[in-house]
Amino acid sequence: MISDPLLQQSSPVLEEGSDDDQLLRVSLGPQHPSTHGVFRMNVELDGETVVRLKPVFGYLHRNHEKIAEGQTYLSSMPFTDRLDYICPLTNNWAYAHAVEKLAGIEVPERAEYMRVITAELTRLINHTAFAGFFLGDMGAWGSALMYAFREREKILDLFEDLTGARMMSNFMRFGGCRNDLPDGWLERCRALVDNYEPFLDEMEMFLLGNEILIARTQDVGQLPKETLINGGITGPMLRAAGVAYDIRKVDPYGIYDRFDFKMPLGEKGDCYDRLMIRFLEMRESLKILKQAIKDIPEGDFIAPKAKIRGFKPPVGEAYGRIEGPKGELGFYLVSDGTPQPYRYRVRPPSFVNLTLLEEMCVGLDIADVVIILGSVDIVLGEVDR
Amino acid sequence: MSGIIDMVLASIRAKVPAANATVRTNPGPSGQDSLMVAPESVADVMRVIHDEHGFDFLSNVTGVDWPDPALAEKVAVIAEGDADAEGDAKADGEETPAECGFLEVVYHLYHTSERKGPLVVRSRTKDRGEGAKIASVVSVYKSAEFQEREIYDLYGVIFTGHPDLRRILMWDEFVDHPMRKDYVAPDDYEYEPTPHAAVIEKAAQHYPAPDAD
Repeated sequence: MISDPLLQQSSPVLEEGSDDDQLLRVSLGPQHPSTHGVFRMNVELDGETVVRLKPVFGYLHRNHEKIAEGQTYLSSMPFTDRLDYICPLTNNWAYAHAVEKLAGIEVPERAEYMRVITAELTRLINHTAFAGFFLGDMGAWGSALMYAFREREKILDLFEDLTGARMMSNFMRFGGCRNDLPDGWLERCRALVDNYEPFLDEMEMFLLGNEILIARTQDVGQLPKETLINGGITGPMLRAAGVAYDIRKVDPYGIYDRFDFKMPLGEKGDCYDRLMIRFLEMRESLKILKQAIKDIPEGDFIAPKAKIRGFKPPVGEAYGRIEGPKGELGFYLVSDGTPQPYRYRVRPPSFVNLTLLEEMCVGLDIADVVIILGSVDIVLGEVDR
Repeated sequence: MSGIIDMVLASIRAKVPAANATVRTNPGPSGQDSLMVAPESVADVMRVIHDEHGFDFLSNVTGVDWPDPALAEKVAVIAEGDADAEGDAKADGEETPAECGFLEVVYHLYHTSERKGPLVVRSRTKDRGEGAKIASVVSVYKSAEFQEREIYDLYGVIFTGHPDLRRILMWDEFVDHPMRKDYVAPDDYEYEPTPHAAVIEKAAQHYPAPDAD
């Protein structure tokens, strides 16, 4: 017998009982390649069918919220990059948006356009990488991801020019952005946007008609609309089920009400729809990018009166949310009039989207669990905070 | 926003009088006023908000620690007309902060089809010790399940009626609640006596220090 309790926990354990109701308990993760990080699921199996599934979090927990409550508002900005490290710029925007609500700061026109451009590029990165990882979960490890990462790297080059870092951008400020666009950046961005559509066509041609992909994703992991809304699911997951809820449309922040774009909706809400929705959203993001690059005005990239040092918002509280690539990313802030937030809370989309993981997986095969988890699109830096 | 909150307030006062609902004004520029309800009737209030007003999406649930209640009154000011409805909200100032503080849970709700929100509901526990209890809303909004577990883990609020109230981010053997304002972090989270420590101790007995004789 294994004496170490840790080893016992991670190896399959046979349940006591009669032959008819013997369940196999498997601990899936935390180092499993399909868990997208250090995430574990305690699964109980009847043969290959999932009977019970309990996610286990906290391997990356660093109490981000406590750390943020001990420092000034601006000091937390670089730390928000590390939440969802695939899309730091939308994290920056969500935090800046909440602080601007808390303190009542206006953002100049040019900065709003810069925010939209960077956020939509981030959405492209996220959804492209998602397609690669998702195919990886299905066993096509490598090729799809490499195609995706090739394109992602081109966008990261733009970000490096703009913010000085590929991923940890620390770009937004309360009342604008940190620096202006470098010379020639917009032209390079326009060239990238023009070349993105052919890449998407190619990717869709390779993937979406693939027999194996269809067999493994269609009719897997559906839930009724009402259950999804009640479970707090947001983002592409929710829209794949046909619920028209995109914060850019229903509760417009920034200048999203000026752009002409559609909200793609799925029909069934299975894993195939979730992949498809992301491809359609990328095409809409390209539409927004084209309009934004065309319309961006000259002017200030940060409000001239914005205070960087000694920033003290008035007493009060605010909840600000944006449509992150993964879903609703919100920040709840309470100010007591000091330079540090009294309460700083992140509402992470990945964490809340996992609420219904068990409901989606029960009754399906263990192999489908990997696909469903992949379709939720989690990043553990955000789940565990 | 105030229109919705007044409408909800009226129906809660009629349907759940025990909730003792009042409106709290937000002094900041965000203008997000909130609805304060009694901790034991949060679930009933949510049921009314969900069924009658159609707020079907509970986006965010979070805790706030208020060891000093006077500060809490500064952030969520009692609305003018309600000043007499909540007589005991004013702290007497006689007690020490540790005894008279409380934990607060804040809910942000949205209406997905009519695009309304956020409706902010807040509730305060009696104290920060034994009485830190709030009715769980998981039976109404499933999305609260993990978020309530997180508040239990990090703040120590006990949600009565929660189906599976366990620690979620900290490990099961952890004893304290790290998001509380008076939490003191230990020097070393991972210290534990190892077999190695015993060997070193034994060796020290075997070889007396050079200056022993």
